[in-house]
Amino acid sequence: MSALLEVRSVTQQFGGVTALARVDLTVRRGTITGLIGPNGAGKTTLFNVICGVRPPTSGSVRFDGIEINNAGVHERSAMGISRTFQRLELFWTLSVYENVLVAAELAAHPNADEVARQNLELLGIDHLADSTAGELSTGSARLLEVARALATSPKLLLLDEPASGLDEQESEQLGQLLRQLRDRGITVLVVEHDMSLVMGVCDEVYVLDLGVNIASGKPEQVRTNPEVIRAYLGAQVGES
Amino acid sequence: MQQFIAYTIIGLTIGAIYALASSGLVLTYVTSGVFNIAHGAIGMISAFVYWQIRFDWGVSAPLALLIVLGVFCPLLGMFIERFVLRDLGAANEVTRLTVTVALMAGLIGAAAWIWPPDARSAFRGFFEGNVITVLGVNIGMNKIIALVSAVIVAVLLRYLLFNTRLGVQMRAVVDDRDLAELNGARPNQISSASWAMGSVLAGYAGILLAAEVQLNIIPLTLLVINAYAAAILGRLKSLLYTFVGAMVLGLLEAYLLWTSGSSWFPKSFFGFNTGGLRQAAPTIFLFICLLALPQAKLRAGMVRVAQRSREPKWSTSVLGSVVLIVGVIALTALLTRANTIFLAQCLLFALAVLSLVPLTGYSGLVSLAPLTFAGLGAVFMAKLPGNGSVLTLVAAVAIVALIGAVVALPALRLEGIYLALATGAFALLVSTLIFNQQKVFPNGSLDVPRLRFFGVDFQQPREKVIMLSVVFAAVSLMLVAIRRSGLGRQMVAMKDSPLAGAMLGMNLLKVKTVAFALSAAIASLAGALDAGKVPPDRYSLDSSLPILLLAIVGGISSIGGAFFGGVMLGTNTVMATAIPSLANIAKVTPGFIGMTLGRNVNGVSAQIGDGFRPMVEHRPSVIVAIVGPVVFWTLTTVDIVSNWQFFGLLFMWALGTIGLLPAILGGTSEMRRVLVPLTIAGLIAGFVSTTVDLPTGGRMLCLIVAATVVVQAARRKMEPNAPAAPVHSPDFAGLTTPFSARELQEVDDAIGVVP
Repeated sequence: MSALLEVRSVTQQFGGVTALARVDLTVRRGTITGLIGPNGAGKTTLFNVICGVRPPTSGSVRFDGIEINNAGVHERSAMGISRTFQRLELFWTLSVYENVLVAAELAAHPNADEVARQNLELLGIDHLADSTAGELSTGSARLLEVARALATSPKLLLLDEPASGLDEQESEQLGQLLRQLRDRGITVLVVEHDMSLVMGVCDEVYVLDLGVNIASGKPEQVRTNPEVIRAYLGAQVGES
Repeated sequence: MQQFIAYTIIGLTIGAIYALASSGLVLTYVTSGVFNIAHGAIGMISAFVYWQIRFDWGVSAPLALLIVLGVFCPLLGMFIERFVLRDLGAANEVTRLTVTVALMAGLIGAAAWIWPPDARSAFRGFFEGNVITVLGVNIGMNKIIALVSAVIVAVLLRYLLFNTRLGVQMRAVVDDRDLAELNGARPNQISSASWAMGSVLAGYAGILLAAEVQLNIIPLTLLVINAYAAAILGRLKSLLYTFVGAMVLGLLEAYLLWTSGSSWFPKSFFGFNTGGLRQAAPTIFLFICLLALPQAKLRAGMVRVAQRSREPKWSTSVLGSVVLIVGVIALTALLTRANTIFLAQCLLFALAVLSLVPLTGYSGLVSLAPLTFAGLGAVFMAKLPGNGSVLTLVAAVAIVALIGAVVALPALRLEGIYLALATGAFALLVSTLIFNQQKVFPNGSLDVPRLRFFGVDFQQPREKVIMLSVVFAAVSLMLVAIRRSGLGRQMVAMKDSPLAGAMLGMNLLKVKTVAFALSAAIASLAGALDAGKVPPDRYSLDSSLPILLLAIVGGISSIGGAFFGGVMLGTNTVMATAIPSLANIAKVTPGFIGMTLGRNVNGVSAQIGDGFRPMVEHRPSVIVAIVGPVVFWTLTTVDIVSNWQFFGLLFMWALGTIGLLPAILGGTSEMRRVLVPLTIAGLIAGFVSTTVDLPTGGRMLCLIVAATVVVQAARRKMEPNAPAAPVHSPDFAGLTTPFSARELQEVDDAIGVVP
């Protein structure tokens, strides 16, 4: 399986703060890759680098074999990168349907209406189609973010904490959806705090701590990695 | 050398005054998060108050200064913070910006009212006549005082913000109001204090500046706007850079003054007088500062709101257009010639307001220059060959649209307040460099030819009004088509979240450019179709402000709102000319209407629209709603009711009665007991105010007031328990929208409370 996304030695500095330090990450085609780490580890910053929201201080990002360091945000979308936001970024004053329709139209789908409806159905929020996005519960709003991102028919889907605000059952359904997407050939990179979700669906997991990539590999390898345990539970565990 | 020193000192003085003004601006911005466009106007009005006390009443200078800076300015600042800004809270940036624009318009109007241009004695600086000689150059005491106080103020401000408890609290409140409050800061008092200080600085700068350039309302207000360039150079944060920027700007102005006086400086350039260039220098500096700002980050979206941007329906839009055209045709059959001209004025204003619908309403981009584009439309209509042929009109509109698109190019780099300022600077530049040229407006007036269309030349006011109503309807329907298309959805999506839009593949530059071009094209129609001799100040920045204000007040995202805003503005303007005693009130009205936005964020037309929606779904109400006008019309045709009385009844019927019909016909008897007398009183008010002997504007004013009273009283009755806005926002707990009545009920049920 070839690499769809390759992040090479990316460093991101904000003033004196190093948010990412020479981070490497490879997302292979047709897989679900997890990106975990404590709060402030640099996960969202890495997403922003991949999407082009903020150019990195140094390092390179290759997508589908092409270096995309100089591509603008909307150009990367056209190449096939789509994402959701941890801090919800819906078009609040539009209807749920219009939110997805805008995305489908931007991707120049000839039958945007149909694509929009299909994606709402896929996420199980088609009954909310006519509601205003601003009135949704946080859980439904997260699902709408995913539906909207999918409506651009991406090759790579970046999900930033899609399960926060979902209950256990919804979270379980989200896991099934991710597998379903993988089976349809969509590659997924997901940032998530819900460990059972990450360990359950991911083919590969990367762990960031304070901007440094401290571990990567199969979920079970990562789970038992002492570095990871120390990062999550504090120094005492490692010292004892 | 002597001259160089003299001009350097002039430059440093101007720079010092700019530094005072701009540091006040930075102070209010960093401590309250509101960019106060009215900062210059506060300086202006303070200078006038000082003049009143010092020179008209003859109070000694120190006492006068103490009264103005120690009492008037702090009170004005605290008043503005308390009654204009505080309730805005989490209102979006467009609204917050507009409120300070309203403040500026209101203060300019108030100054023009209280201090008419005649009968003003000279404004003299501090210790005028006393000079100090430095390096062989005589310097007036006013200049020395300006320089010294600027330095002192800069040092004190720096100390205040970083070394005192109040300053640290001020910065904390800006960073996170709720968190600061939880930690014991009192945000309201702190905002109040910062606005008091900001006003004092603006006032002091205004007084010093007036001594240098004399008392004039508009120049004084705009000169302080020049100081904004310095604040922008400091990125509205750094007091040091602000200070440096102010000095550079001052020196630049002084040296330009020097060199433009020399013989080698070209007096004209391609027939354009270069004198305007010197006046425009600070504005150009502001423009360059804005463009030199680093590319704005992709803005994350606004806070979550539950309000919907509704797609306009074809059925209502077509119906509205037909009603407009038929109504105008019917009205012109009844109206006198003077009132027909008044109606034409209203429609031209409505067209100008309409130009902001795609730009500000759909796309969320604020422009302070709608009339600048109208003025350009008038200029091209007059200057292009064809003498008013349809082709001339098309070419004029196309050229202005292109100019609008070019102005938009830097706009991608700018966001919110910076973009608004750039459009303001553009308006000033076009005014000084183009409109004020002898070549463009010969002898201060431009002769715009009448449109000629298949042999009709629209010479009669009636023909013109009907033509304008058709144009307004056509443009409205085009906007409806755009809003319903993918482009329209993209515009609204961009307003809601540029970041998400770009991430989904939206080319923000393209959408912004189209929005600007479209807006410029519509505005240019309002200028090009306004035939006759027009003065350049019709299209100046200060004339544009009321357009923006009433657009927002009417409800910027809807065409009905634009129409409503245009009619209100037209009424206001006509009232000023028709009733001289009301002219002064007319000057301040748009400003004061705009300032009430904090209480009615969605615009008046949205309120009326909310009233209509239940009516449309209630069949008996629909029938009664249609029967009313038919009865009025019949009474008019048999001469029982005069034309004006017909209009008054119709107006009250449309605004004060129809919306209440469902509650009257389908509501409880208790409801009926209040609403029936209310609607009848409204209709009587409409009838009486069109019966008594009043000029047109006065009648319109009475009608608008009566309709507002009826609507507000009825709302109070129908929603007796409308939830008051929460004082403390529960944002920090993740609750971003207020509880609905149903949710409150659920909570009450859950905890067993019986309200």
